[in-house]
Formats: sequence, C-alpha cells, structure tokens
Amino acid sequence: MPTIAELGARYRSGETTPTQVVESYLQRIETLDPQVRAYLTLTRESARARAEATEKRLKAGKPLSPLDGVPLAIKDVICTKGVRTTCSSKILENFVPPYDATVMVRLNAAGAVMLGKTNMDEFAMGSSTENSAFFPTRNPWDLARVPGGSSGGSAAAVAAGLAAGALGSDTGGSIRQPAAFCGTVGVKPTYGRVSRYGLVAFASSLDQIGPFAADVRGAALLLQAIAGHDPLDSTSTDIPVPDYPAALGQGIQGLRVGIPSEYFIEGMDPGVEKAVGAAIEVLKGLGAKTEKVSLPATNYALAAYYLIAPAEASSNLARYDGVKYGYRAAGGKDLIQMYGRTRAEGFGPEVKRRIMLGTYALSAGYYEAYYGKAQRVRTLVRRDFQQAFERGDVLACPTAPNVAFKLGEKEDPLQMYLCDVFTIPVNLAGLPGLSLPCGFTQSGLPIGLQLIGKPFDESTLLSAAYAYEQATPWHARAPALP
Amino acid sequence: MPDPRTKIDIEHVARLARLDLSEPEKERIRSQLDAILTYIDKLRQLDTEGVEPTSHAIPMVNVMREDEVRPCLPAGEMLANAPEREREFFRVPKIIEE
Repeated sequence: MPTIAELGARYRSGETTPTQVVESYLQRIETLDPQVRAYLTLTRESARARAEATEKRLKAGKPLSPLDGVPLAIKDVICTKGVRTTCSSKILENFVPPYDATVMVRLNAAGAVMLGKTNMDEFAMGSSTENSAFFPTRNPWDLARVPGGSSGGSAAAVAAGLAAGALGSDTGGSIRQPAAFCGTVGVKPTYGRVSRYGLVAFASSLDQIGPFAADVRGAALLLQAIAGHDPLDSTSTDIPVPDYPAALGQGIQGLRVGIPSEYFIEGMDPGVEKAVGAAIEVLKGLGAKTEKVSLPATNYALAAYYLIAPAEASSNLARYDGVKYGYRAAGGKDLIQMYGRTRAEGFGPEVKRRIMLGTYALSAGYYEAYYGKAQRVRTLVRRDFQQAFERGDVLACPTAPNVAFKLGEKEDPLQMYLCDVFTIPVNLAGLPGLSLPCGFTQSGLPIGLQLIGKPFDESTLLSAAYAYEQATPWHARAPALP
Repeated sequence: MPDPRTKIDIEHVARLARLDLSEPEKERIRSQLDAILTYIDKLRQLDTEGVEPTSHAIPMVNVMREDEVRPCLPAGEMLANAPEREREFFRVPKIIEE
C-alpha cells in the first residue's frame, strides 16, 4: 500500500486520483474487514464526496495539503459531527455528536478523507480491543491474535491497508502498544500538544490524541495537521508547533540515547529483548551515543496509574446517567433507580471494574491513602525522567514486554494491565512517546521499539525514528491477508 | 495505606458509583478489586514523605479568557440525543415524592 507521502505525490503527478484511491480502500475494506473487523462505522458517502472535493481542487490548480485526499480511520472515541460515536460502549451505541472534535476540524480543513470509525476497548479501557461491547478486532498478522488496545481498530486498519493513516488516543499506552502489536508507527504526543476538545474523556490528566501511519513520515504529516493550541481545550499548550516533516532526515549523529535498565525485565518475551537490543545497535551504527540510565520509580508506576486513571474515569464517566444522551434503562421508578440500572446495563465489565476501583480510591477515608499517594509517586516518576534527560536526548526501550497474544488468553485483569508497564510511565510524566517496528518474532509477529522524548520535543523522536526506519527493512513488510 | 485485607464495602461503593450490580457481579468485582489492591499495596514500599503530589504533568494555572457571549449550539441539537424529552427539556422519572 502507498504511504501518505506517496499518495500525495501520485495525486500531484496525475498517476492516480483521490476518487480512485478512496474507492480502492472502500473495496479493500469490503473484502478484508469482515475478517479483521477494524471498523465499527463506515462513512462511504462522505468519503466519496471529500475525495471529489480534493479532485476539484487538484483540477483547479489549487495547492493541496499533504493530507488532501488521504483516506483515514478515526478511533470511535473522537467526536465526529453527524457520525455515530460509540466509544465501543452500549451506553453510547446511538450517540451522534452535534459537533466535531478539534482534530476533526483540522483534518477536514486539510482535505483528509475519513473512511470510518474504528473499534476500541470500551471507553479506551483495555489493551486488546476485546473489551469492545460489539466485537473484538483481529490482528492482521495473525487473525487468532489481538491487535492490542485500546486503539486496536485504528492500528489494525493501518496494518491491514484499510486506511493510509489513523487517529487513536493514548492514556496509558493505547496508541503505542497496538502500534507495536500491529507493526505500525504510533505517536503519543506530549500532553497538551494536541487538543482534546471532542475527545470523549477517560482520564483527563493522561489522555492524548495521536496518529498511526505505516511509516514515520506519515505519522509526522498527521501530527503536523492536528498539533497546536486550541482555545477550546484549556490544557492545550500555547507554544509554536515546529515543522515535523522538516525534522526528518537530519540524522542522529551524536544523539544521546538513554537506555533505561528498568525496561528490560525478567519474564519479557526473549524475542522482544533481542530485537530491541539489535535496534539499539543500529542506532549506535547511525552515530548515536548510548548511555545506561535509571528510572527507579518504574516498578511503582503501574500501581500509581491504576489509582489515578480509574479515579479520574469514575468522575468523568459520571456523566452517563441516561438523561442527556445515550442509553437509558427502562422501568426505573425514580431517578436514582434509573441511574443505577442505566449504568449497570450500559457499561461493560472492565468499565464497571474501573469505576468501582476509582470510586473506592476517592471515597471518604481512602482518598489520601490511595489517590494522594499515587499522585506523589507520579512526582517521582516525573523526576526520574527529568534526571534521565540530563544524560539522554531520547530514551529507547521496548514498547511492550510481549507481542500480540491470542484472543481470550488474558482473562485476569491484572495480567492485562501488565501489558502497559513500559508505556504507562510516559503518560504519568506527560512525555511524548513513539512506537515503530523493530523486527519480528520467529513466528512472524511484529515487535515495537519505543522512543521517549523530552516534553514538546516530538521532532527529535521523529527524526531518530526516521533514521532507524531508513536503515532497517521492517516497515516495508506487510501482513499476508487472504 | 489501608490494609488490603480490609474487606471492601462493595454495596457502599456501588451506591456511590450509581451502579445497580447483580450479586454475582458484586462477588466478582470484590475479588478482582482485592487482587488489584494487593498489587497496588506495593506503593507502601516507596517513601513519599515530603514529595509534592502531581495532578498534571505539564504545569498550568488559571487559563483565562474574556468573559464574552459567544454562539452555542441550538437547544434542538443539544436535545437530539436525549433518551426522553419534552419541549426544550430533558424528561426524567420523578424525583420528588408526592
């Protein structure tokens, strides 16, 4: 499949047209998505109309944006005006947003073409997309395996060539982990780099929207379009957005790469350890200088996260009460009973579990001991990174300790949570993180290399990732779908 | 930190969360929360005496804007997703006893 940059070049040269490309993607979705099940909703008609609009601009000799006519998949946690946005939850099954998220306003202004909305773990809570209320998504590299999560539909769509790029959201690894499992590039920008306006809230101090693409340049082009201050999100930061594509190709001569020893743990997949070790050698060969760094609070980050994220979620999800939008249970004899039944029937098991955990952690008598303690641990996690960045410009480590596992393999919630042990600290510290393919296991499953950057230094992450990508063959491999 | 062996009052927490859980759900969630809290108990090992809490990783304070009237979505659009409505209102089961 062509990359995002290649599509733009082919439109300009007249080799193909946006309409032809969008039709071929819709056709491919029709053929392959019944197996992969990346999409929840397809927006064929508006996609065709948008492709035609790009074609008109092209014919009129108007300048095209780098995303003009580029077919994209959007995680179903991002509000799309007039297009059902479910968060893969029964409670929002029929919710049609009356407005667009800021990222959609920006993509639409750039002429991008949304093909549809993608499946996810309900309310972005999960690491396998099995927590969707509707159906699980399959990993294009092995249909018996999960694509990761929570943005599994977006990652699988890009990996299977069912979209040229995608948007996801990442609260504890939900872009990077599925990117690793599906062999795509995924970027979680710095907290505040991309507006969260219109992103259905999970844990507001951790959530961030970011791109998926088949290559680093595609991810850079998408990030360029969505990054920047938004008055509608008071947590979006008002600092200039650099030219990300221009940062690619700078090379990494002299770049200091920190290797956190806590990210190479007992029990991790030996294939992952080997591939990431080899990737670090490649970075050295390209002129980077590596140095061991230590992030001692890492061992506690996961526990702190499972207090902070559920606490914020229990508060954010209080809005689903059967009054303003979404599902309402029948037969409640008074308001309180209607709330209780609506929420019990509308939420799935993982969401209920986290609401209960968060409510408990915030309840009288436990608040300081649990939530307060977790917030102090968060400070230590942040400090660790600040110290590590005195010695490294970026940090390199595995994205996840494991590769894609089989559907139904992780039934114990805690085992599932451990999938995110290397991605969660990055959210707690608000840093940018990127996952890109760095090899395959013997059975042909993709492995992800995670690069972690200083706040608002996505440029260095992207240029390091690009240098690595150009020196290795992994991104050129595609899954063999029947 | 609280002793993880303290039995969670699941009924109380479910009431606070407005979740009418079934008996089997209560049992399952109780045992799962027990396991998760036992894992979380490792935080006890970490000395956080004198460490300031972090609520947001990127520090920001008081984002202000002019207090101006701006356009908002029409009421009809805002009500379009309501499970039950009457004129310009959200309709809910009765709240006050007669």
